[in-house]
Amino acid sequence: MTLLRQPRVTGAGRIAGARRRGSTARRRATVVAYLFALPFIASFAVFMVFPVLASLGMSFTDFTNRDIQNPTSVNPVGFQQFSALLSNPQFLRSVLNTVYFVGVGIPLTMVIALALAVALNSGINRFRTAFRVGFFAPVVTSIVAVAVVWRFILQPDGLLNEALAAVGITGPNWLGDPAWAMPAMIMMAVWRSVGTLMVIFIAGLQNIPQEVLEAAEIDGAGRAQRFFRVTLPLMRPTLLLGAVLLSVGFLQFFEEPFVMTRGGPLDATLSISYFTYNQFGFGNFGLASAASYLLFVAIALLSLVQFRLFRSKD
Amino acid sequence: MTAPPLATRRRQDRVPFVRAVTYAALILAVVVTLIPFAWMFLGAFKTDGELIRRPITWWPDQPTMENFVTWFTRLDFGQFFLNSSIVAVATVLGNLMFCSMVGYALAKIDFAGKRVLFTLVLITLMIPGVVTFIPLFVVVSKLGMISTYPALILPFLASPLGVFLMRQFMLGIPDALLEAARIDGAGELRIFLRVVMPLCGPALATLAILTFLGSWNNFLWPLVAAQSEDMYTLPVALSLYSVGQNATNYGVLLAGSVLVITPILLFFVALQRYFIQGIATVGVK
Repeated sequence: MTLLRQPRVTGAGRIAGARRRGSTARRRATVVAYLFALPFIASFAVFMVFPVLASLGMSFTDFTNRDIQNPTSVNPVGFQQFSALLSNPQFLRSVLNTVYFVGVGIPLTMVIALALAVALNSGINRFRTAFRVGFFAPVVTSIVAVAVVWRFILQPDGLLNEALAAVGITGPNWLGDPAWAMPAMIMMAVWRSVGTLMVIFIAGLQNIPQEVLEAAEIDGAGRAQRFFRVTLPLMRPTLLLGAVLLSVGFLQFFEEPFVMTRGGPLDATLSISYFTYNQFGFGNFGLASAASYLLFVAIALLSLVQFRLFRSKD
Repeated sequence: MTAPPLATRRRQDRVPFVRAVTYAALILAVVVTLIPFAWMFLGAFKTDGELIRRPITWWPDQPTMENFVTWFTRLDFGQFFLNSSIVAVATVLGNLMFCSMVGYALAKIDFAGKRVLFTLVLITLMIPGVVTFIPLFVVVSKLGMISTYPALILPFLASPLGVFLMRQFMLGIPDALLEAARIDGAGELRIFLRVVMPLCGPALATLAILTFLGSWNNFLWPLVAAQSEDMYTLPVALSLYSVGQNATNYGVLLAGSVLVITPILLFFVALQRYFIQGIATVGVK
């Protein structure tokens, strides 16, 4: 470990340096720091800060694709785009769909991921790596590519329904039936998100001090009691983190409906991102920006709510 | 590591069937998870006739390479693969360089405006891509860059996540090491290149893997920015061939999926420890 071999002089040198640190030294450090940060700041300003602010600005205008070459023809319209959204049945549908997707998808993913993490962490040693790799494989693959496969699996006479038929259940026309298209999307989203959460949860479980669990056992706590009274409360920060990460991802849900259903049938899988993408395609940049901003606000709010929720239970 | 704690060992001995049930459940779950992959890989070698025939077959009746051949002859797989690779490699290199430079400034230099910069980075971690893509599209099209490599690469050259990752890692490098170099007369650039960067191997590997993964699988922006066929990345090509008249070429679509995910799967299996560590690091913070 080279990290541990520290030269002796540094202690004294550091204190002297700190004492000597005047405004000139700090000004010099600031210049150096900005030289280091310059490439990032430039790209960050042009490709992140500017677009975010521009998008906010655009959401208060009637900007369309015709205005790209001549931005002076853009008119400010105040909150008109936002009120247009709130009276647009397709947008409202996309909000409901996204809420449905997030509301069912996140708890489902969390529960399954936690169960897998606990199982993998409970003294399972053989095939441990194989299990992790297996559950993680959907995470690393392109959503577009796996959505292609899922489209076949979910056909009325596809693999899933054939498996259901084997146990005596007649499966629905998953992607063709408005009532079943969203459950199908959720199934797929859970499939591809469980791995990430599982890994995060395993890390969280391993941070729980063994002594606490042993003490609980000595006090006569059973398996279930130890899990619900000791493990879960200690896992709260990790669970919170998982929930926030998942919400940020799930709220932007776009690829699955794009490849599998094009938002259909009857807008049943139209998400907010998909609505935004469609409006962009129609050239309604102002409306699309307003929709994307509402999504951003939703993501920020949900993260806040989750922080509050998990903290207040202490 | 020491032996497992006594309580753990006792628990396992007392209820061996719990272990058996756990194994059985895990094996079942992992098999179910991997079924779509198995079906994809086997299906890519089937004829369309076999793919629509019922009952469903697992093993191809008459294995055919035809679906793959189509990607290399009728469709321009080479070009799509090249596009994806160029974009991914450039994005990875840019992130390694730029994120570690800011990371160094944020972790190791005391400067005016440091907190503001870091807070901005943290806030942008939450901004969904869909918020930025319309203004980005306007900028890029005003610059005449639609359907060019710069349009696909520049917006991703430096990521807030990468900055965060590098800063966190560099915070762990002892200041004393840097002070020693400073006393020896090394300038900041030299310290960064000769002292800090060589110690950042694990963080750089994590960042490279995550960036490569993100770039290879990125979809929404390439879909918008690559408007001519010769600039499609692999996911864009696959998604655009999965609709319309091509949608019925089941075998071709499955072969395309196999071609898109095989490089990343091989990469993942080879480096799986680092992949999983990377996700855990970024997740746990």
